[in-house]
Amino acid sequence: MALDGNAIGGMLLEIFATDMTSAEATCARCGAVRPVAEELVYLRGPGTVVRCRRCTSVLMVISRVRGLNCVDLSGMEALEVKAASD
Amino acid sequence: MTSPVSRGFHRRRGPAGAEAGKLPPGQHATTDFPVLSAGPTPHVPLTEWTFSIRRGGQALRSWTWPEIQGLPAETVTVDIHCVTRWSKLGTVWRGVPVRTLLDQVGYDAPHVLAFSDGGYTTNLPIGDVSDGRAWLAFDYDGQPLAPEHGGPARLLVPHLYFWKSAKWVRGLELLDRDQPGFWENYGYNNYGDPWREQRYAGD
Ligand SMILES: [Zn+2]
Repeated sequence: MALDGNAIGGMLLEIFATDMTSAEATCARCGAVRPVAEELVYLRGPGTVVRCRRCTSVLMVISRVRGLNCVDLSGMEALEVKAASD
Repeated sequence: MTSPVSRGFHRRRGPAGAEAGKLPPGQHATTDFPVLSAGPTPHVPLTEWTFSIRRGGQALRSWTWPEIQGLPAETVTVDIHCVTRWSKLGTVWRGVPVRTLLDQVGYDAPHVLAFSDGGYTTNLPIGDVSDGRAWLAFDYDGQPLAPEHGGPARLLVPHLYFWKSAKWVRGLELLDRDQPGFWENYGYNNYGDPWREQRYAGD
């Protein structure tokens, strides 16, 4: 069952040390641009898979191997983090 | 140099009773059947469904759904082990041995890559699917395999971690050179023997 990107907000914060749910992901396959919070998330596999909500192509895979997070972003054309507005 | 330490790790007490000896290291038994998916559930009509054995991208042989149903099937009771640390003991499946399908094409490759609807792949040595320990399974617990569990048909290779039992499987590609599948590309073990706790690359 798919969740959305908010389900991995904590995990992404731990990995990137900044809020990534508002970051805009550009799908490398179809070009759709969306905040990570709105993408499809599959949590219940060996690792975590984030897919494009429009075309379901894989955007990001996070696998936790021996306590280390390995992140693959090659399914994205771009990942733009919004500058903090304070 | 520091080494990564995972916090909050507590070794589980060993299993007792009937479970003793049936659980590989680091696993615990569950009675439900968690759904494991890396993507959306595909829905292919059975009239369009085929299972193919390919070489170099060319189908050597394809079977339609009625053709698969017409082959001798086996009912097997097996324990399944997921790398996310749950095991489910005594699961009952019905399916056609992969050996039966391979025998109809005359294969000579050392490896296979299983491929599925939705793009999932996983690799296996040919010996692990050709020796009667792997099935193309289409019933679970006496019922047609539900889509969320990989129906209409999935690979069942219970002696390896369950990500090797590809859901929604549509065929096997025969390979001269081993090629990692989806999770094998992301740091999971190339072979995945639960009894040797081969969870990650290098285990
Ligand atoms: Zn897309």
